[in-house]
Amino acid sequence: MLRRVKGLMMIPQVSQWGGDPISLVFQMMFTIIFVVFIFYGQRIQMYVMLREVEGSLLRLKYMRDEGRKAAIQTIKELGKPATDPAGRVDQFLEYITIPPEAMDPAGIVWKLEHILDVQDTRFKDEVKLMAPSADPTQVNNLENTLEAAWALNMIYKIIRHYYMLGKKTLSLYIIMQIQMILPLVMREAEAFASALKAFSCGQPIGDGAGQLVAAKMMYGHEKRKVEKDYLVATINIEGRTVHVLKAEGPGGNVGKPGEAIKQIVEENEGKIATMIIIDAAQKLEGENPGDVAEGIGVAIGGPGVDQFKVEEELVKYKIPVNAVVIKEDVGDAVSPMRKEVFDAVDPAIERVKRVILEKTKEGDTVIVAGIGNTIGIGQ
Amino acid sequence: MSEDTEAEEATAPTQRISSFVFAVILITLVLSLAALYFALSAYNSGDASAGILLIIGFIGLGLSTYMLLQTRRSVMRLALKIQPVITTISCQKCGFKNVREFERGDFVFKEVGPCPKCNDKLLVSAIYREIKEKPKEERF
Repeated sequence: MLRRVKGLMMIPQVSQWGGDPISLVFQMMFTIIFVVFIFYGQRIQMYVMLREVEGSLLRLKYMRDEGRKAAIQTIKELGKPATDPAGRVDQFLEYITIPPEAMDPAGIVWKLEHILDVQDTRFKDEVKLMAPSADPTQVNNLENTLEAAWALNMIYKIIRHYYMLGKKTLSLYIIMQIQMILPLVMREAEAFASALKAFSCGQPIGDGAGQLVAAKMMYGHEKRKVEKDYLVATINIEGRTVHVLKAEGPGGNVGKPGEAIKQIVEENEGKIATMIIIDAAQKLEGENPGDVAEGIGVAIGGPGVDQFKVEEELVKYKIPVNAVVIKEDVGDAVSPMRKEVFDAVDPAIERVKRVILEKTKEGDTVIVAGIGNTIGIGQ
Repeated sequence: MSEDTEAEEATAPTQRISSFVFAVILITLVLSLAALYFALSAYNSGDASAGILLIIGFIGLGLSTYMLLQTRRSVMRLALKIQPVITTISCQKCGFKNVREFERGDFVFKEVGPCPKCNDKLLVSAIYREIKEKPKEERF
């Protein structure tokens, strides 16, 4: 209030002042700016924030459109459809998945698993309809490409929703919230945008670091299929029987590691000396991409169904569990694999071997499981 | 709607400079030019304010040019940067190595024919992207 009075008191000074015209103009300008900022400061701040969100929204729109274009182009190239797939792609981009009700959380894991299974089957069927000539590897890659395009569409629509809501209500707090999280949202969107090229071409991505470790360990050994898109190879490391598990590649596939590990544990009647799970992990700012770390626990990301299943088995048979992780940025996880991450695979294998030798004795049975998306990684 | 029309629609707004920013740039430009004109008249009439007006004019001119350049830069920033992905093909027996750009269909452990040196099988041994970053000075 005091500032407002002081500002108004300056006006008579200006009118009485008959000196230099330039000084008069400056005095008037400052007085007007002062008064405007008192009454409209918050609104100006809001418009500045809206402009910032608008700029990011334009970029998100560009990325969304690029994603859609890339998906349609890849479907046309690989799937050789008889009709234009644009309409079906647009329908796919609007898919929604409703998670199970969590008011009574007992049994929610199985409900969630069922929903995810139905979603996976539905997505695969859609892709097969869009791209009838695509082989199974290409179907997996196309599904991943469409999922990345879907994610970009969703991010764009959510940010647009809050932008328009903020503009409509002129609520500083709605606009402020979206403006504050925008840098993190943009990072995620950039990651999905770079994932498009990787998925459409079938390039290995950062998330596949764990799968690459398992692939290198099992290469040259006999493999057999186990539960839901996983393969197992039995190798020998200094007298220990090691079951190495990896999702079937090179198509974009994460498989169901929970089911695969459960099957191997049950086949061995729970007689597993130790379990080692290898995955890519998000690095903190300041850490180097490709750093290898080890610890305890089930290093399986995603919705949590597979982690839950493995933990159930571990508790049932009292199996010790170790984790070896390769650190990378959140953007690197879905982008083509960085050289640093690729180079970290051999040190990770050494860590796995060291853990096996230190924690088990000759004649023991060990499970080593690679986790992540195995796109671009054979076996 | 055809795909091409959709694509045009998608890229069109990204190439446009906002009317608000354009208006601000235009006003700043007009004001700075006016200031320069007044500076010239003041100088001719021997007024001491010519110097101040000249400075104001040049600052305004500089600001409007800077704003215009910034807007152009943000338009250019919209394009997605794609880093090249490298495929390394090697022979496990003799160590022969061939590095080339990634081609669709490549995957790690893919067999790509016989080795030109020892006739053993050639494998895709690595696929990665290399990011050339300037070494940063670590304070923490």
